[in-house]
Amino acid sequence: MSEITKLTLVELTKKIKSKELSALEAANAYVSRIKKSKKLNTFVTETLDQALVSAKNIDDNNLKSGVLAGAPIAVKDLFCTKNVQTTASSKILKNFIPPYESTVTSKLWDSGAILLGKLNCDEFAMGSSNETSAYGNVINPYQESGENLVPGGSSGGCSSAVSANLTSSTVGTDTGGSIRQPASFTGIVGLKPTYGRCSRWGIVAFASSLDQAGPMTKDVSDSALMLDVISGYDEKDSTSANIEKGDFLNSLNKNIKGLKVGIPKEYIVDNMPKEIQTLWDKGIEWMKESGAIIKNISLPNTKYALPTYYIVAPAEASSNLSRYDGVKYGFRAPGKDLIEMYENTRAEGFGNEVKRRIMIGTYVLSSGYYDAYYLKAQQVRRLIKNDFDLAFKEVDTILTPTTPSSAFKIGDKTNDPISMYLNDVFTVPVNLAGLPAISIPAGFDDSGLPLGLQLIGKSFDEQTILNSAYALEEKISFKSKVIDWWI
Amino acid sequence: MTINKEAVKKISKLSRIASNDEFETSMIKDLNTILKFVDQLNEVDTKDIEPLSSVVEQKLFQREDVVKKMNEKEEILKNSPNKNENYFVVPKVIE
Repeated sequence: MSEITKLTLVELTKKIKSKELSALEAANAYVSRIKKSKKLNTFVTETLDQALVSAKNIDDNNLKSGVLAGAPIAVKDLFCTKNVQTTASSKILKNFIPPYESTVTSKLWDSGAILLGKLNCDEFAMGSSNETSAYGNVINPYQESGENLVPGGSSGGCSSAVSANLTSSTVGTDTGGSIRQPASFTGIVGLKPTYGRCSRWGIVAFASSLDQAGPMTKDVSDSALMLDVISGYDEKDSTSANIEKGDFLNSLNKNIKGLKVGIPKEYIVDNMPKEIQTLWDKGIEWMKESGAIIKNISLPNTKYALPTYYIVAPAEASSNLSRYDGVKYGFRAPGKDLIEMYENTRAEGFGNEVKRRIMIGTYVLSSGYYDAYYLKAQQVRRLIKNDFDLAFKEVDTILTPTTPSSAFKIGDKTNDPISMYLNDVFTVPVNLAGLPAISIPAGFDDSGLPLGLQLIGKSFDEQTILNSAYALEEKISFKSKVIDWWI
Repeated sequence: MTINKEAVKKISKLSRIASNDEFETSMIKDLNTILKFVDQLNEVDTKDIEPLSSVVEQKLFQREDVVKKMNEKEEILKNSPNKNENYFVVPKVIE
């Protein structure tokens, strides 16, 4: 049974289509593994019985035309799922049952995938370690000398579940690195598509000008397949791009001869472990061996990306989260009048990190401070985007590490918000510029923990980064070191 | 700029988040740390730089004004913590 859950999404769907494997066998394999894996705390809500019913229905009625027919998939608990609780890992949305389905997840079910449940994440996707969830920490399937580690965040339930073979693949969301950083921490592939490539409709909003849904999978081919399914124009999201859909899996090609790869000098940061520099150097060698041309480039405003992000994202969040008022859905705390009811509801319903960001966002947007903070940040955001625009006149893709460290211990960074924010130093610039980027597992540090490399692409050129990642993947031949210590 | 207790009280009021001594103490510390961090941006010369609020380059589209049935009243009301027939119930707002 455990062999089934090790299959990639491409392999699994092929076997189900050819009837080598029934949808029910596949669903059963995942269901029994999920039941034995509670210790990782990856799920907020499980829909296992329903999954088995759906799988049997697919077999009985031979409903195998969809590209994902019979694939059991759990999704981040930030996607609204019709009639299935959606919490954004917050107390304030406890028991919220959406009457509608997000566009991205509808595309999964329309392609024949089966919902296994909703995956834990940082509250409202605000965090880099999954420690801000109201439903408890998620545990990384990788341990350091027997000690538990964070799975990264905010899509920590997603990364842990894919790495531990509790879902055949998943979709996460990435506002400042929330797909790529956890992917790097757990030895899986994570792709943040170009802003506008996938519809945001039905995704609990955090920072609307930055949020983007994307695949988290076992390998590069799976990410290409998943992007084929979830991308596309949606009239319900005015920022979704009205452009031709890609054909990512069929166009996947590892020939990157002559491809120009940029290496930005600003991504060498203080206190970066030697192992990460070594891995980056190896990545450069692998690209060269594949026939790529390496070019040194400069992205001079890189160091301002994090401070820019920590104005822009909280500002947008403070506005987006104003809807949680205890009236229409979710949690309500009593109060003697309407205002007090709002204040008590939000004080009790939101966790500390979310409150911190709402407060910062409200402050930078408040009268007298708007120009000094918010407008300034938007101007620097322009400069950061200009850096990339200029660089992409010279190169086709940019290669960097995904994170400045490997997975850390639970509680290590919870007392200092800035040290937590620094996790996203290599991922945040991409969101500010709206570009696509992929993280692939590229090796291990001295403690045996996975490390990722990131490839950044031009706007709407996911194919080039997928192809480059595909070429790198062959050179790296990464093998998961997850041992089932929790079973 | 530094944030003091009064400022935290004002921001929490604007944010509609109930505040108490413990909350204010921790927010004074955290908000000042974060503001110090973002103050780095003052080093950057942004004279005449157009602010970037969205990376989307396409124009907003128009669509036909067609009535579609979605999110019916009953479904919407189902999630309310307090409702009465067709209404959301809130504490009294008119004396």
